[in-house]
Amino acid sequence: MLSWTIYISFAGALVSALLPKDKPVLARWFAFAVTVVGLGLAVAGYAAGFSQPRQVFIDALWVPSMGIHFLLVADGISRVLVLLTGIAAVAGVLFSWNVDLRTNQFFAFYLALIGGVYGVFLSGDLFLLFVFYEIAIVPKYFLIAIWGSTRREYGAMKLALYSFAGSAMVLIGLLAAYVTAGSQSTTLAALAHAGLPVSFQMWCLPLVFVGFAILAGMWPFHTWAPTGHVAAPTAASMLLAGVVMKLGAYGCLRVGIGLFPHGLDPWGFTLLGLASWRDVFAWLAVIGIVYGALVALAQTDFKFVIGYSSVSHMGFVLLGLMTLNQIGVDGAVLQMFSHGIIAGLLFAIVGRVVYDRTHTRQFAELEPMHLSRRLPFAAWAFVFAGVASMGMPGFSGFVAELQVLVGAWRANPWWTIVSGIGIIVGVAYIWRVLQKAFFSDTLPTAHELETEQEHKLPPITWPEIAGVVLLGTCTLVVGLYPRILLDQIEPAVKTLLAGGMQ
Amino acid sequence: MNVHALPILTLLTLVPLIGAAIALFSGRHARVVAIFTTLACLLLALFIWTRLPADGSIGLVERAAWAPSLGIEYHLGVDGLGGLMLVLSAIVTLMAVDAAQHRVHHMPGLFFSLMLTLEAGLFGSFTALNFFHWFLFWELSLIPAFFLIKLWGGPKRGPAATQFFIYTMAGSVALLLSFLAIFLSTTNKDTPGTMDFIQLAQMSASGQLAQMVTAHLGHVMPWLAIGVLAGFAVKVPLMPFHTWLPAAYAEAPSPVTMLLTGAMSKMGVYGLLRIALPLFGPQIAAMRTPLLILAAATVVMGAWAAAAQTDLKRVFAYSSVNHLGYCLLGIFALAVPASGAAQQASQAAALNGVILQMFNHGLTAAVLFWFISMIQFRSGGLRGINDFGGLRKPAPIFAGLMGIALFSSLGLPGLNGFVGEFLIFRGVFPLAWIAATVSVLGLLVTAVVILTVIQKVFNGPVPEHWAAFPDLHHGERMALAPVIGLMFLVGLVPQLIVNTINPTVQNLLAHWRF
Repeated sequence: MLSWTIYISFAGALVSALLPKDKPVLARWFAFAVTVVGLGLAVAGYAAGFSQPRQVFIDALWVPSMGIHFLLVADGISRVLVLLTGIAAVAGVLFSWNVDLRTNQFFAFYLALIGGVYGVFLSGDLFLLFVFYEIAIVPKYFLIAIWGSTRREYGAMKLALYSFAGSAMVLIGLLAAYVTAGSQSTTLAALAHAGLPVSFQMWCLPLVFVGFAILAGMWPFHTWAPTGHVAAPTAASMLLAGVVMKLGAYGCLRVGIGLFPHGLDPWGFTLLGLASWRDVFAWLAVIGIVYGALVALAQTDFKFVIGYSSVSHMGFVLLGLMTLNQIGVDGAVLQMFSHGIIAGLLFAIVGRVVYDRTHTRQFAELEPMHLSRRLPFAAWAFVFAGVASMGMPGFSGFVAELQVLVGAWRANPWWTIVSGIGIIVGVAYIWRVLQKAFFSDTLPTAHELETEQEHKLPPITWPEIAGVVLLGTCTLVVGLYPRILLDQIEPAVKTLLAGGMQ
Repeated sequence: MNVHALPILTLLTLVPLIGAAIALFSGRHARVVAIFTTLACLLLALFIWTRLPADGSIGLVERAAWAPSLGIEYHLGVDGLGGLMLVLSAIVTLMAVDAAQHRVHHMPGLFFSLMLTLEAGLFGSFTALNFFHWFLFWELSLIPAFFLIKLWGGPKRGPAATQFFIYTMAGSVALLLSFLAIFLSTTNKDTPGTMDFIQLAQMSASGQLAQMVTAHLGHVMPWLAIGVLAGFAVKVPLMPFHTWLPAAYAEAPSPVTMLLTGAMSKMGVYGLLRIALPLFGPQIAAMRTPLLILAAATVVMGAWAAAAQTDLKRVFAYSSVNHLGYCLLGIFALAVPASGAAQQASQAAALNGVILQMFNHGLTAAVLFWFISMIQFRSGGLRGINDFGGLRKPAPIFAGLMGIALFSSLGLPGLNGFVGEFLIFRGVFPLAWIAATVSVLGLLVTAVVILTVIQKVFNGPVPEHWAAFPDLHHGERMALAPVIGLMFLVGLVPQLIVNTINPTVQNLLAHWRF
């Protein structure tokens, strides 16, 4: 059932491209319908997953001479991320309701991106996974370059170059693994069972891991993320932070840790206190958490704050993966979902609800606007999302980050202690933004009040409310009842960590 | 522990949340919604009060699996202590909502919605028996309180709200870190760790908790105790963590101050009794002397600082610090291994006193801030102690009723304030006579403060412009009558409360190990 999410998204992209250019209403309702069906399939597939830990949807030989399969499978991790993609896709359409420029093409690229993302999460074959991974990069470029804002060509090009550099590394690793394993099959299960030599894994893992981690925003390869997020149109930054960064993290987990688990074993010597690739990546993740948060604290552009906060929160995902224990990796997967929802919500509020009305994202200009009074909906939605992002209990971020921290503590207490600083700074930057953008203390002057009366901000529209409610409900439900996701994540992670990729 | 059929504690927490959602969209009618909601909550809380187990154990338990891998469980229950706090929160919120009538022109829907959310936070944290669940509501109450100060407060509301938020947040982080360490230490290969208060208390009593923590993390038990104490010390507050309080109480709109002092400060005292003492008894006993010094300082300096204020709200803000100082004094004084029946009796007296004092201070302080809000409304915002004079002539009933509340705060026998403070001193003298002697100074200074307020505001010549100071009108009298009545009732028949909390006190003391 889940495999249909891919097909209908690509079919939808094709149809959308063929829709008449001058009928934006049609294009948007069409895209909305496609994503809602996709979400419906994702939910149904997720529900079905409670009774079937691992489902195979289709397994056909694609390129028999190389052993490449068209293999779509799902385990708990895949299903959670497909669910996230479904939710983010619907929300993205809702927050793109005001796109009037070449609407049909916008949604065509959009749906192609979604289709590629679904494909990555469901691929059971390394080559197929890579194909979908590449497919997702191209529409991203056009979405930013055509419909973006601040320095969009630069942002788009930087993003594309970083992505392709990462892909190149992944491709080399992928081919090397294929050849080393005997050139029989490219399915993940076959490669995992091929018994790749430890010395090979030792150099292949960092290559593949870094290749994927670039897209996950790992420090110091994160610099594409803030500029890309800022340049992208709202829906694209939502997807970029919400699901595309998860592609990288998912690749790290499924391909990196799944195929080359011994690559994380100790080297046998110590360099600067680091004894394995695991230490290296974990510390990079920890630095990312703290660095991202500190840089977010110093921004003057609203969207950059959220962009850097993504770097910080994705650091938790990578740290969780590097704990290599059940609770830490559970937390990492949960954090992928949680960050996808929360970052989506934050970007939606900043990019669509606020920016499209105020036409500025500079705090210096937002401060005298008294948005808490003029846009109470935006202010309170941001309070909600911000509190969730801070890691307040009751929201999904708390449970996810708590698990990562617990897992990290068991691996190396210093990881937890240093990351803790990132959490405290996380409270601070959200706090600062809240004060600056919405709740400034200065009282409006009579003149300002007059101008406000004359230039009323456009009212909030229903798609925005629907989108905020959708994403808000998700983070709250997962925060209050994390088992709804953990019950599927836990067995899948257990299998993966045991090296039992069937 | 018997599992009750009707999940009444869940219901109690849900009612204000539902009310909050309705109030948000009812605009001008939000106050009516809020009054009905808080009234319903009060009835529910009183019903719960009648259903507490007679042996003082934790009753009305609700348990359900939540997120077992993180030691998170849905575990609710109340004993006499929790039950009394539920009743107090319900009374104070009802009063606060009632007091808010004249003050909220700006976004009333949101105002009452936040008030009700705050009430839900109080109910949740007074009934939770699992750290995660408790922490959720502890934080939940912080956010509405922040915005209530930030959006409806006085001229310096911005800095006051920020200071309040940062202090409480820092305390929360300390708490969270301590519990994270406990969770990690209680984890072993087969079972995830636990964050269950009851289970942890049992482990602490048997010495197992300290063993596990030391085995995992080294000798950090005292530091964990300090982390947990810090979280509560900010909230109560304990000197020197009190500096956020005067600004927050003074800048918050009076109805919100009523909630802050009447109910929210009790979250801290409650936390000490429900979490800190059961889990960290020996560590607190080891730190008893410095803690007693701080508690005595809180009592004395609180009273002294109150004497130096001229803003009525700040007077009673510091006076609150002083009154809650007695609770801290009692709690730290009893944290000592009892060596005989006499000492046990003293501990029981002190603990009974602390719990009574929590209730009485909540009631009295909330009423006092209510009166201040009425004064402010009548005087067009003035609340300086020197702005008034001779008000008992134009407004005799006002002066009389507020006088009763003031004397209750002073601790006059026959009114509610006396019983709690008497029991605390009765218990503390044999256990820590120096601290008790020093704290008596606080009683004296408080008396001076209160009498000065009465003298300056109600006595003396009436300035001309206050000659027509309006007395309480019928509605206000009706609203105040039950509360003033309750002050006499608790003062004259304290058994009403003591009979229910004494079994809890015995039960708690029997389980604590110092």
